Amino acid sequence: MIRVIGPIARATLLEAARSRMLWLVGVLVLLCLGLAGFIQQVAIIEAPQIQGTVLAAILRASAAFLTTAFVAMSMVREFNDKVFELMLAQPWPRGVYLAGKFVGFSTAAVGLALIVSLPLLPFAPLDRLAAWTLSLACELIILAAMSLFCVITITHIVPALATVLGFYVLGRSIAAIQVMAAGSESSARWTDRAADGIIQAIALILPRFDLMTRSDWLIAAAPAAWTLASVVGQAALYTLLLMAAAQFDLHRQNF
Amino acid sequence: MHERPVSQVPRWVLALLGGALGLQLWVGASRPTPHAAAGDLGLPPSVQMLRLASFGEPVPLAKLLMLYLQAFDYQAGTRVPYRDLDYDRLETWLARIVALDSTGQYPLMSASRLYAEVPDPAKKRQMLDFVYRAYLEDPNRRWPWLAHATVIAKHELKDPALARQYAVALQKYTTTPDAPLWVKQMEPFILEDMNELEAAKILIGGLIASGQVRDERDLQLLQRRLKLLEERIEAERPRKP
Repeated sequence: MIRVIGPIARATLLEAARSRMLWLVGVLVLLCLGLAGFIQQVAIIEAPQIQGTVLAAILRASAAFLTTAFVAMSMVREFNDKVFELMLAQPWPRGVYLAGKFVGFSTAAVGLALIVSLPLLPFAPLDRLAAWTLSLACELIILAAMSLFCVITITHIVPALATVLGFYVLGRSIAAIQVMAAGSESSARWTDRAADGIIQAIALILPRFDLMTRSDWLIAAAPAAWTLASVVGQAALYTLLLMAAAQFDLHRQNF
Repeated sequence: MHERPVSQVPRWVLALLGGALGLQLWVGASRPTPHAAAGDLGLPPSVQMLRLASFGEPVPLAKLLMLYLQAFDYQAGTRVPYRDLDYDRLETWLARIVALDSTGQYPLMSASRLYAEVPDPAKKRQMLDFVYRAYLEDPNRRWPWLAHATVIAKHELKDPALARQYAVALQKYTTTPDAPLWVKQMEPFILEDMNELEAAKILIGGLIASGQVRDERDLQLLQRRLKLLEERIEAERPRKP
């Protein structure tokens, strides 16, 4: 099985390296350095902290979008070029193809996390930046798995991209939404209570992205070891869930 | 991908492209220069809404909001004097930013060193009061700004009672060893200015006796100050006939 997964993953990685994504990342890094220079000009105090946190937030969001877009585009291209059907016709289980693609995408995601952390080197101590990068890699792996699942299920690029980005935004905002909904806990109106219940139920199934890759790690204090361990644990668990869902859907579908 | 030469593009397409680009540049150049008005500073959204809008990253949002707020001083080449700003709104903005990023120093620095420097005592007091309240929430991190507020209250507002209130708070709540000794010594000096020499003497004597002052030079300075105070008290005491 490894002998099949390896080449599929390598081909996916090659596709990532040969696509223009690296150029895009280079432009992003340059833009971020320009923004850092602008902040340096306008900030009166705390310029490195402002540069570090603002750049970290932009780089994280950009990396999330690039990962999602790359996975969706790559998979849809394979559908359209009939590569997907060719793979399914091979004498190996469907799950092996999916595992190969996932290994390739997640390795590319880790590489992207490493590259986008480079512009933050002047603004944060190395240990904090390492923690931030590890967390970003975990976040991107979840997104790669979610994109893979959505593309296999939906098979169309726009709905798949919209679903993944909606999932990401919701995962980042769900804590704030829960806080706002908590105000209706004491309400006697059943609609308020129902809305609160629905939000709690959504929160149960979503990963807490707002606890991952926090920009304030770079300027305030490095996250505790258990915080990082919980980020890695959450990423492992959620990726497992998504891959299981993707396997389920892949085995259920007729092509 | 091989590209065809530009000569292959029909002339009307080139003309359309050039014309549209020129038109856009003309429209852009004829736009009026943005003008910042103090009234443009509206009320900020609630903390909950801001947290929602930050997508789980309240700290960078707070930093950007601070730069936005600061831009109301200098925006697109037009300066809006601080005193023209609505200070109730300004204070709400600063409070929101502090709520989003409690470790950031920028909002309190701005309140004590920029917005409290206006020649309007009421607005000055409002900013000092904001700094005081924020200090009480996190004294060991925010003492520099209350120390500056104390100086403003004493020298600019000429309100020794207010300065003493801040100095007492600094002495009482600042426990970090990072704070220099003078931060805790402000009250006796303000009392001295208020001509409450006995109270100042007791405070300095208490500070020496408490053993909190370990630096030899600081100790000598305090002892010298105590001696001067005693001399002043002695000189002002009514002589017996």
